[in-house]
Amino acid sequence: MAFVNWLKRRLVVIAGLLTLGYLLLPNIVVTVFSFNQPKGRFNYEWQEFSTAAWTDPCGVADLCGSLSLSLQIAAWATLGATALGTMIAFALVRYRFRARGAVNSLIFLPMAMPEVVMAASLLTLFLNLGAQLGFWTILIAHIMFCLSFVVVAVKARVMSMDPRLEEAARDLYAGPVQTFVRVTLPIAAPGIAAGALLAFALSFDDFIITNFNAGSTVTFPMFVWGSAQRGTPVQINVVGTAMFLVAVLFVVAGMAIGNRRRRQKA
Amino acid sequence: MSTGTLAEAEAPPPLAPVPATGKPPRKRGRWTPYLLLAPGLIWLLVFFAMPMVYQASTSVQTGSLEEGYQVTWHFATYWDALSEYYPQFLRSVLYAGSATVLCLLLGYPLAYLIAFLAGRWRNLILILVIAPFFTSFLIRTLAWKTILSDGGPVVGALNTLHVLDVTSWLGLTAGDRVLATPLAVVCGLTYNFLPFMILPLYTSLERIDGRLHEAAGDLYARPFTTFRKVTFPLSMPGVVSGTLLTFIPASGDYVNAELLGSTNTQMIGNVIQSQFLRILDYPTAAALSFLLMAAILLMVTVYIRKSGTEDLV
Repeated sequence: MAFVNWLKRRLVVIAGLLTLGYLLLPNIVVTVFSFNQPKGRFNYEWQEFSTAAWTDPCGVADLCGSLSLSLQIAAWATLGATALGTMIAFALVRYRFRARGAVNSLIFLPMAMPEVVMAASLLTLFLNLGAQLGFWTILIAHIMFCLSFVVVAVKARVMSMDPRLEEAARDLYAGPVQTFVRVTLPIAAPGIAAGALLAFALSFDDFIITNFNAGSTVTFPMFVWGSAQRGTPVQINVVGTAMFLVAVLFVVAGMAIGNRRRRQKA
Repeated sequence: MSTGTLAEAEAPPPLAPVPATGKPPRKRGRWTPYLLLAPGLIWLLVFFAMPMVYQASTSVQTGSLEEGYQVTWHFATYWDALSEYYPQFLRSVLYAGSATVLCLLLGYPLAYLIAFLAGRWRNLILILVIAPFFTSFLIRTLAWKTILSDGGPVVGALNTLHVLDVTSWLGLTAGDRVLATPLAVVCGLTYNFLPFMILPLYTSLERIDGRLHEAAGDLYARPFTTFRKVTFPLSMPGVVSGTLLTFIPASGDYVNAELLGSTNTQMIGNVIQSQFLRILDYPTAAALSFLLMAAILLMVTVYIRKSGTEDLV
């Protein structure tokens, strides 16, 4: 019995670790192939070790341009979606008003819609309005689909907030603005930060909606998509590896800050 | 950080906000909530709801790019689109469905491992699940071309084990190749949407009180019985939101079918994309996109009814 139990426990662990391996395998391949020196246009087969791509990440035409464009769009989309989403989240949690159900559905629907449907419908709108496709249409689309995710992240945090803290602040003669800036905002901050981080990642990585609404503007995911047809430079793998490392660093730092706060409280 | 958000995306919209103290929310100004809501809601109405209306109207238009389009209530477009592209529709449902089932089978043990068995490794494993999510998914999908390449180790191993003979016979692969076959597309879809399955599963498993397992053990339930009668039923919210978060985006995806598949593995997303961006037949493209949306809303509604968790979504 004990042995069977042991085996069953191990079976779950082994299956889980295999899945983790499946998740990480492409990242490992991307990292390894960032040190490849490919022959020909495509970087799908291992040839020989080289650090050329790492020392010259902008050596490919348009790559760093598209990268900086994507970063700009992601930054603005994060700012827009976080501001709008935080306001909606506060309104939903703190107030009772008519049409709450309708508002909730309108926020839920973009998350329950296949991206291609949103992308296509937005394109029909822009075509009908005769809008010039490019930076602004991408930004509008990104704010639209990031918004719901920010609302959900901030709502979760604000809902678990103790309103007595704000009452206490008012009892101590803090004005509404002072209460908001010194009490409400700091408590809601982790939720807002999580929403913003999610919005940034979603916007930076979005391909389907951008592909429909970008016109001839090329963001980084679109550059990668194009390179799948034209030939994939090693520099793409360098960027992929760097993004993975930055993400891990961010998450580790975030967790470390959270742990330290918890210890200080204790 | 965002581990909870994906699951909470499916959380019930609270009908009445209940603050921690249970008191009704305060009324500050009557107009404050509307002022807070207005900018975001206007954005969603103009750039999410209105486009849907435009799309509906485009789908019943006739005309040409040169002469312009006019609403003629030409519903035959729907019929023509459906009769021409039903294979791609069926394929989308089949591929997305297979990927969802595979995600559940692969994701459950990992979610279980993180929630109950990982101990001090929990945070590390969570980071390793989330971090790839922040790396460009197109780059990672392209990496599968290397992994599944014709002379590569995966294909070699599958060949030696005679797996490819079986899968070729089933029509999942073609000869000695895995790339450009349905197997490669489903593999890519499963890979791409796996985190969307793991995170909701993890959040719902994590909420389960460990003492329930002990109680089941005290009542002489064997581990598998405990899992079947206690753990799995309690994780149903995670299973439902995970399958939805996997199936919906997977059925509209065209990236995996394009990068890892061939013309014989095209999904409906590929058709919509090429109709809109290459062929420029807007009415057909809009009709297809509308049909996809309707099909998904229908399937999701039926699924939620069947799984008996209406109050969860």
